[in-house]
Amino acid sequence: MVDDLKGAHASDGNDVAIRIRGLRTQFGRQVIHDGLDLDVRRGEVLGVVGGSGTGKSVLLKEIIGLVRPAAGTIEVFGENVAATAGEGQNGLQRRWGVLFQDGALFSSMTVAENIAVPLHEHSDLPPALIAEIARIKVAMAGLPLSAADKYPSELSGGMRKRAGLARALALDPDLIFLDEPTAGLDPIGAAAFDDLIRNLQRSLDLTVFMVTHDLDSLAAVCDRIAVLVDRHIIVDTMENLMKLDHPWIRDYFHGPRGRAALKTSERIEAAG
Amino acid sequence: MTHRNLAAANGNSPGDFDAELTDESLVLHLAGDWTIDHAGALDARLRGLSVPSAVRRVSLDLGEVEALDTAGAWLVHRTRRELEARGIEVELHGAAGAQRTLIEAVASLPSEGEPEPKRASPLIDLVARTGEATIDLARESVRLVGFFGMLAMKTARVLLQPRRLRLISLAYHIEATGVSAVPIVGLLSFLIGVVLAYQGADQLRQFGAEIFVVDLLGISVLRELGVLMTAIIVAGRSGSAFTAQIGTMKVNQEVDAMQTLGLDPVDVLVLPRAFALMITLPLLVFFADLVALFGGATMSNFVLDISYGQFMRQFQSAVDVGHFWVGMVKAPVFAFTIAMVGCYEGLKVGGSAESVGRLTTASVVRSIFLVIVLDAVFSVLFAVLGI
Repeated sequence: MVDDLKGAHASDGNDVAIRIRGLRTQFGRQVIHDGLDLDVRRGEVLGVVGGSGTGKSVLLKEIIGLVRPAAGTIEVFGENVAATAGEGQNGLQRRWGVLFQDGALFSSMTVAENIAVPLHEHSDLPPALIAEIARIKVAMAGLPLSAADKYPSELSGGMRKRAGLARALALDPDLIFLDEPTAGLDPIGAAAFDDLIRNLQRSLDLTVFMVTHDLDSLAAVCDRIAVLVDRHIIVDTMENLMKLDHPWIRDYFHGPRGRAALKTSERIEAAG
Repeated sequence: MTHRNLAAANGNSPGDFDAELTDESLVLHLAGDWTIDHAGALDARLRGLSVPSAVRRVSLDLGEVEALDTAGAWLVHRTRRELEARGIEVELHGAAGAQRTLIEAVASLPSEGEPEPKRASPLIDLVARTGEATIDLARESVRLVGFFGMLAMKTARVLLQPRRLRLISLAYHIEATGVSAVPIVGLLSFLIGVVLAYQGADQLRQFGAEIFVVDLLGISVLRELGVLMTAIIVAGRSGSAFTAQIGTMKVNQEVDAMQTLGLDPVDVLVLPRAFALMITLPLLVFFADLVALFGGATMSNFVLDISYGQFMRQFQSAVDVGHFWVGMVKAPVFAFTIAMVGCYEGLKVGGSAESVGRLTTASVVRSIFLVIVLDAVFSVLFAVLGI
């Protein structure tokens, strides 16, 4: 459980899903990340936290190639994301799935059609099989099958997120990005979503990169936590992070919410 | 861990299977990558698999399977389920731990959807949709008339108590719908005047009656074209903007917030817009009339050798001021209609941003439609009254 302090040097090439070196992000004169190094290991769930404006979502977008960094390299499964932007990226896009904040489902399509989009785009499966696989994914995401034929506007926020997750899982990716998966869900819904992520991660052996603010999620789901502070990133397990003497990290984990979340997770671990 | 990593390592050994038949049992040896890349071919072969009726037992041997994903697991499970449905005993062996877990996971999911709803014949569907659209239209018309009534009441109340009118908002909308529309209205009116003069003169020249192009221009622009064109431009520009603005506020729940604060959305949002448009549209029409006539006069001057002076003299003698008033009288009515439809559609927006776009389109189409219908009504009315 206890990892070395700087996750960056921990592992050899094959175990690393995402490798970031010397990343610099800049909007105008505002520097968001400077010399950021990060390794995400295969099969782990990494939670990314940080205050507002520290560039959590930007980091996610840089990894999936939606935003170009000012400097530095980002490799996903050994391929340089920035260099392969455009045509070559198709290979990578097949191997990752992204869940955006509110699901980002295509509003003109039903849930099943949404899930079928990547299947149509990246495989030559017959339509009947695509429909079957779409239903399997709907069920895997914990949605009732009746939701498959509904439009996003007919679903609740939690269901839209599950549907977005189903679409992200359509191609059986190795790596999945989640942007605030539990934001806007009630505590019961959020806990259920945490369970879902944990179960899927185990049964499909996913690597999960999760941007979140939800301390309960962090405690319940994540193997390691990456904290964005001072334009860098610090990666470690929650218990090790709590020992650090950085003001923001201390406030974050030792604030009333942090303590409560940790207590709950300890209780759950003790019980289970 | 294992099955994914294998998939990554050996990306391309196509999934395959052989059937080995003994008297009562069939063994399917599955091999290679049972992944989404090969699922299409495997699906076709599995669907075409014929199992002799004598076979009582089938065993699926996954020993050689190198990679398995959800699609592959689904194919294995579906094959097993279909065989079992025919009363054949199926057993699964040789699956690696993770593969077995995945197949069991897929098997445990509910996959039987309710049967596809039966589609009615296209003809019945067409009739049903026509009927639905007609009923919708009727309901919508009734609601719009209701909205009109409410708006008329509130307008009357504001006219009686002018202090209720929100002046800042009114001024803002006068600028947005009026001043900013001047360039586009001017340009289009000028061009209409030019085109009309040119086309008219082309015909009239055959009779040597070019000078009557002034009558043609004066009457058609003042009575119909000036006000109609301006109303259509304003419907496209401001009517759509009203729907989009109010619709966005609905999506943001600003309208709900207004109501909880004791503000009446109609007072705050609709009336200033309606009043602003009723002030600006007549002014714009007046401006459009002038510019269109100027366009026609310019064309006449350069192409028809009718000087500006001649044009003015002919205009004064031939075109009665009544034509001008016929056009102007329509302007506030059109303005009220455009504002009413724009705001009504905006207030109809539901929760999603998508409906803002849909209703904005509907608002423009509907207001232009109503403007033209009203114009026809006015024509009939003026004909009856002999104006």
